[in-house]
Amino acid sequence: MVVKITDLRKAGKYLLPGSAACPGCGLAIAFRIVSKVLGKNTIYFIPACCTSVIQAPYPKSAFNVPVYNVAFMAAAAAASGAVEGLKALGREDIQVVVWAGDGGTVDIGIQALSGAFERNHNLIYICYDNEAYMNTGIQKSGSTPFGAWTTTTPKGKIGIKKNMPFIVASHGAPYVATASIGYPLDLANKVKKAKRIEGPKYIHILTPCPPGWRFPMEKTVKIGKLAVDSYVWPLYEIEKGKLRLTLKPRRIPVEEYLKLQGRFRNLTPEDIEKIRGMVDEQWEILQKLEAIGKIFF
Amino acid sequence: MFTLADVTQEKVPVIVPISHPSEGSAGRTGLWRVFKPIINTNKCKKCFICWLVCPEESIEEGKDGYPEIDYTYCKGCGVCSDNCPTGAISLVKEEG
Repeated sequence: MVVKITDLRKAGKYLLPGSAACPGCGLAIAFRIVSKVLGKNTIYFIPACCTSVIQAPYPKSAFNVPVYNVAFMAAAAAASGAVEGLKALGREDIQVVVWAGDGGTVDIGIQALSGAFERNHNLIYICYDNEAYMNTGIQKSGSTPFGAWTTTTPKGKIGIKKNMPFIVASHGAPYVATASIGYPLDLANKVKKAKRIEGPKYIHILTPCPPGWRFPMEKTVKIGKLAVDSYVWPLYEIEKGKLRLTLKPRRIPVEEYLKLQGRFRNLTPEDIEKIRGMVDEQWEILQKLEAIGKIFF
Repeated sequence: MFTLADVTQEKVPVIVPISHPSEGSAGRTGLWRVFKPIINTNKCKKCFICWLVCPEESIEEGKDGYPEIDYTYCKGCGVCSDNCPTGAISLVKEEG
């Protein structure tokens, strides 16, 4: 069954208004949609990330769901324990979710994540990717794309972005998906699908960040959409090792996505050519992988 | 000064640092607003895309089924206005 706006409107409020999130925050949009699909029988395991600013102030929290605060590297490990604990108590109706930023997933939390996926716990791992350590002042992370300015890469990042969905899929995870807040209903449907599947699931959401990516705050959703339309962030899902591109939009030039963001202001024409080449190659490979059928075992 | 004996006799107030879910955990965030979004109900088609993309959960169904903005907490980011398919939401500069 496909999730529609009317279905989401019937769900409860799990992110309360008046939170400490920046205006136009991408992760707040992502969390609202994810939490509405997952419902109230959910425990969120949250390491240090931007979400801590929203859910952790004392004495009031903006999160209307149970939250377990974990150390930066340990979110997946703590969630694994909770899954097994709940199983022992006979409360398998409770969904355990890790809600981590890109730093807590691709850099600091990767060994705990890898362990949890290897042990095959029944949890959903959601990484919301704002492509740097935004909470501490825009430092480069493993998820920062090539050429992007951050406070620790003032001339633009030299390396490329880690391909985290494929790293997780190599663990033999039953469900891995990418999503973007530019396509909120696609995200909602992927979360709903993940909820039905047994075993460790991984969803990687691109959440643009107005202060960190240097764009006007009203463009958050639009940038998320442009990332998908320019094929910089392709939307796909890997179900039981089979890759499927969930959205094949009409392609727009990659400059349309880059020029709106201040973090790509330093790019030279050669850099843009290089990014275009990488995007072309990525899309070509994904299309080939889709045609093969089963690509992970 | 409290002694250990006072603690065991519960003379020292014990506060458990647990945050409780509540609206306005960062205060009245409507005060952050520079531009105020205003919905023109003549143009609105009640699609609720503004509700879907609002990062603040401050849009709700108001009278006659039109979306209504809660200005106590709306931070004025303008995401609703940018995503409205009919251009029914305009941003007006706050006075004062």
